[in-house]
Amino acid sequence: MMPGTATRALAGALPRFSVLALILLASWLAFPGYFDVTVNDGRLYGSLIDVLNRGAPVAILAIGMTLVIATGGVDLSVGAVMAVSGAVAATLIADGQPLAVALAAALGAGVLCGLWNGILVAVLDIQPIVATLILMVTGRGIAQLVTEGAIVTFVDESLIFIGSGAVAGMPMPVVIAAVLAAAAVLLVRRTALGMFIEAIGVNRRASVQAGLNVRVVLIAVYVASGFCAALAGVIVAADIRGADANNAGLWLELDAILAVVLGGASLLGGRFSILMSIVGALIIQAMNTGILISGFPPEFNLILKAAIVVVILVLQSPQAGRIAAAIAARTGITRRR
Amino acid sequence: MTTRIPDAGMLNARPFNVRLFNAGTLPLVATLAIFALAYAVCVVQFPAMLSTRVAANLLTDNAFLGIVAVGMTFVILSGGIDLSVGSVIAFTGVLLAVLIGRAGVHPLVAFALALAVATAGGAVMGAMIHHLEMPPFIVTLAGMFLARGMAFVLTTDSLPVEHAFYATLQQLYWRLPGGGRLTLIAGVMVAVTVAGIILAHRTRFGANVYALGGNRTSAALMGVPVGATTIAVYALSGFTAGLAGIVFSLYTSAGYPLAAVGVELDAIAAVVIGGTLLTGGAGFVAGTFVGVLMQGLIQTYIVFDGTLSSWWTKIVIGALLFGFIVQQRALVWLSARRPSAGSAT
Amino acid sequence: MAHPSPLLEARGLGKSFLGQTALDGVDFTLRAGEVHALLGENGAGKSTLVKVLTGVHRRDAGTILMDGAEVAPHDTAGAQALGIGTVYQEVNLLPNLSVAENIFLGRQPRRFGLVDRRAMERNTRTLLAGYGLAIDVAAPLGRFSVAVQQIVAIARAVDLSGRVLILDEPTASLDRQEVETLFAVVRRLKARGLGIIFITHFLDQVFALADRVTVLRNGRRIDTVAVADTDPMAIVQMMLGRDLEEVESGPGRPAAAAGAAPAIAFEGYGRRRSVEPFDLAIRPGEVIGIAGLLGSGRTETARLLFGLDAADSGTVRIDGRSVRIASPRHAVALGFGYCPEDRKTDGIVGDLSVRENIVLALQARRGWLRPLSRAEQAELADRFVAALDIRTTDIEKPVKLLSGGNQQKAVLARWLATEPRFLILDEPTRGIDVGAHAEIIRLINRLCDGGMSLVVISSEFDELVVCSSRIVVLRDRRHVGELAGGALTATAIMRTIAAGGADDRTEAA
Repeated sequence: MMPGTATRALAGALPRFSVLALILLASWLAFPGYFDVTVNDGRLYGSLIDVLNRGAPVAILAIGMTLVIATGGVDLSVGAVMAVSGAVAATLIADGQPLAVALAAALGAGVLCGLWNGILVAVLDIQPIVATLILMVTGRGIAQLVTEGAIVTFVDESLIFIGSGAVAGMPMPVVIAAVLAAAAVLLVRRTALGMFIEAIGVNRRASVQAGLNVRVVLIAVYVASGFCAALAGVIVAADIRGADANNAGLWLELDAILAVVLGGASLLGGRFSILMSIVGALIIQAMNTGILISGFPPEFNLILKAAIVVVILVLQSPQAGRIAAAIAARTGITRRR
Repeated sequence: MTTRIPDAGMLNARPFNVRLFNAGTLPLVATLAIFALAYAVCVVQFPAMLSTRVAANLLTDNAFLGIVAVGMTFVILSGGIDLSVGSVIAFTGVLLAVLIGRAGVHPLVAFALALAVATAGGAVMGAMIHHLEMPPFIVTLAGMFLARGMAFVLTTDSLPVEHAFYATLQQLYWRLPGGGRLTLIAGVMVAVTVAGIILAHRTRFGANVYALGGNRTSAALMGVPVGATTIAVYALSGFTAGLAGIVFSLYTSAGYPLAAVGVELDAIAAVVIGGTLLTGGAGFVAGTFVGVLMQGLIQTYIVFDGTLSSWWTKIVIGALLFGFIVQQRALVWLSARRPSAGSAT
Repeated sequence: MAHPSPLLEARGLGKSFLGQTALDGVDFTLRAGEVHALLGENGAGKSTLVKVLTGVHRRDAGTILMDGAEVAPHDTAGAQALGIGTVYQEVNLLPNLSVAENIFLGRQPRRFGLVDRRAMERNTRTLLAGYGLAIDVAAPLGRFSVAVQQIVAIARAVDLSGRVLILDEPTASLDRQEVETLFAVVRRLKARGLGIIFITHFLDQVFALADRVTVLRNGRRIDTVAVADTDPMAIVQMMLGRDLEEVESGPGRPAAAAGAAPAIAFEGYGRRRSVEPFDLAIRPGEVIGIAGLLGSGRTETARLLFGLDAADSGTVRIDGRSVRIASPRHAVALGFGYCPEDRKTDGIVGDLSVRENIVLALQARRGWLRPLSRAEQAELADRFVAALDIRTTDIEKPVKLLSGGNQQKAVLARWLATEPRFLILDEPTRGIDVGAHAEIIRLINRLCDGGMSLVVISSEFDELVVCSSRIVVLRDRRHVGELAGGALTATAIMRTIAAGGADDRTEAA
């Protein structure tokens, strides 16, 4: 890594890690046992582990959402896609299909959903919010169609393991999220994809003129988002040992968007960092857990989230940018992004 | 002026003006045709559906959706979106239950308070959208979180509303020929729709909203007060969401913080199925009314059928949504390809 | 000649932006009942003058008088109140609203508090009848041709202001018949006693419509003359600021061997409303200059060659093989490159680093699966930063933080990195300091010695003459002539433009 990039990355990471640390610290003050980690049956337990475990689905969603937002789009359908893939996996497993078949079908369903979104956005040139709204509305209906309206439960140990098993002490969702994040980072940073995505998000016209295949890249990011949503859906279904088409993934598209924005990406597209989006997801979960264990009613979460969105909006708004630029110009500091 | 203009005749001809390809009315015509067809299919299958009773129930059951969709129509016409309305309905319901049930406030006073809060909330969001220059969906997303959170803070349970005045209002209806009962809340929905139609098509404010959705920059250059109109549009949406909350409260006699989840999506779907361009600038409040009835009709059909499951509603709505969005896109594409549109970009 | 007192008069107008002088002591008079054309190349100060007159920009110096009384419009609305209305090239109306709403937006007639549509539509019909337009005023404006929209915009502006009408390139996207119709409308307004300021790039339109013409260059008024007393050549000279007697520099590059087969041949290539069909054969190592005034179809030609706009007629052959160029991606795959005129919107990817901007096209051609390693990227970037002398502290710096000239060089580097066989440069030296200027010319020569073919578009004719083997001259979106060998002089270019196919064009005045 070039020194310039490294410092820039660090400068972006610092405030986010500070916020995360601050929330953890506050939680610890409210609940002294917060940092305790115990080992039971070769599995780690404790509030911190809980934050990681509960945060995993949103973190996984945030990986796909990061790529979509980096192109200047947004994927509102991920919650509904979670419901679809959970329903597919649960129904197949309950029908006695092997895990591999159930998983392949569930993830395949997510990829198909992503492909659909991608074609609407890239080929039919429909605004992303509008395009993904269709599946956001329809997805839960499709999920209910799959489960025939019931909450499908299952007892298949192999699928349950994905939700509540552990590898080397770490809960399975955390392991999956970590592996996926590593794979995603490698995929976008070790190939030219990351650069293409950022170029399209910053200046689509210039990217077209430079000869980029903008359509294919756009379809790819929505497919990636669909895949991530499907994986998150399987994890949630495996965790609760059933598929609830109505409630699985409800609101989570908003959490995923929030995580990406907390991670420092602009909703207008451009520079992104998958790792920072995951930190954003952890901040959200740390907040949830913190409120829960410190005895506040969990409802405060929504208000807190609203407050955070407002603060971020104000900070990211062009108005704030102008003010900051004016201050920077006066003090001679160049503003970073 | 009697000077002859040599070539004006050429301009007066409108070679590409096939009435059917009119981006303005085609979606509305399509909506009406689909609704008529769907209703005909229903009636053929279940003759009982052709009654004022069913029609009146259709209105009563969808009154809150119809009201909130009118506000949503204005927001979408202006080129925005309001994701907060479902939460505002829930919050209003809870607020009413608390004010009437716990604080002993008279329902009419509670209604006025709730409407004021909801309208003010919408105005604040509009102001943020305009002044912070941020995408409406993220601002109203914050509003959605906030309203839902506030509802939860007031109560986590379903609070019943028991008040003599409520009972009176709920029993008000106008008997239609054929035995149907047009309830008060159905009447409110119709009234709001009519008011919305007048507001959209017969006032300067309405024209400004269309102008904003057509092109912000041009609208500003032509003297449209962009900021005031944006704020007013979201305030209006807040007002209709508050009113829908009141109607929902009358309909269910309760306030529940988890009520009306996803109503924003139903409202957006009704607006789009009603033929309004999701990117703004074109559409009809009357179309939204049909869009709401369409959703109600699908649900009624499913109830009548008895074997079909409720999720088909979502799937059919989604399919309609897709159809209309693609149709809108196709119209835009067709008009962009029109030779006279020019290519000076 | 009887001179009525001027309707609008500007004396010694001055305006500068961040120390850059945009207007420098400009005098301007407009009489009632005249069409006054305003001419000048990019950056001459036409739009600044209009914006100062209409109060969009605050003037730094000078006075504006209407009917001899000093006025000070603060904004468009203020100017309208004074009687000055403006219609821009991009019709600034709302295509989704009806014609009547567009005319009356914000001042709709009302009855009982509600908009009286019937009265509004009736008034609109009456108003438009005055322009010879009888259309369905309840229909959305967007359903009508640009010419009709333009007339509606004029009707609105005149109805709101009524004394001075400023037309800013109103004909840029109209075909010839529509232009005639628009002219008829303008003549009618002139007969009604309005003063009309007419900005255009089309010389023959000036001679067909205007009574007087003012030429601006570099923020100064060069001259104001009666159209009857001048000719196109004189005007071109005023616009470009040179005399025929100037030293004529010969061609800097020898023409490619006449026998050499063209590497790339466009035949009958054209696009409706953009560029009329043309032939262009490009031999290896050749530099073809494209000359013409602003709006003559230079950039449109480049966009067509690079596949940014689809041609609707003609064929392309590369090394004798017929190919199709339907998108920039095809063009890049064939070894084409294009440095656009507007580097901010079409060229640089602002938030990305200099390194990423330089490797972007090459990486796009390689595909995402064959990434250039970080070291290769840095090596490429360093090489071109050095070769083109791109001034940046760090190749990791976001390219948007560089100066305009260096951004331009970064885009050039992006294409050079792909080792193209055919490169199109649209205004490669605009906004670049003198040193970089010479450097880019040297570079162009070096590249072509290596066998690359170039098309260079420039409004700097001297520069074209120095570096081109041949020059294609454009006027009014047509290729009107080709100059080569000894005929390759700036004067010849200007003569060709001034004469430009006048033989077969008849513009009834």
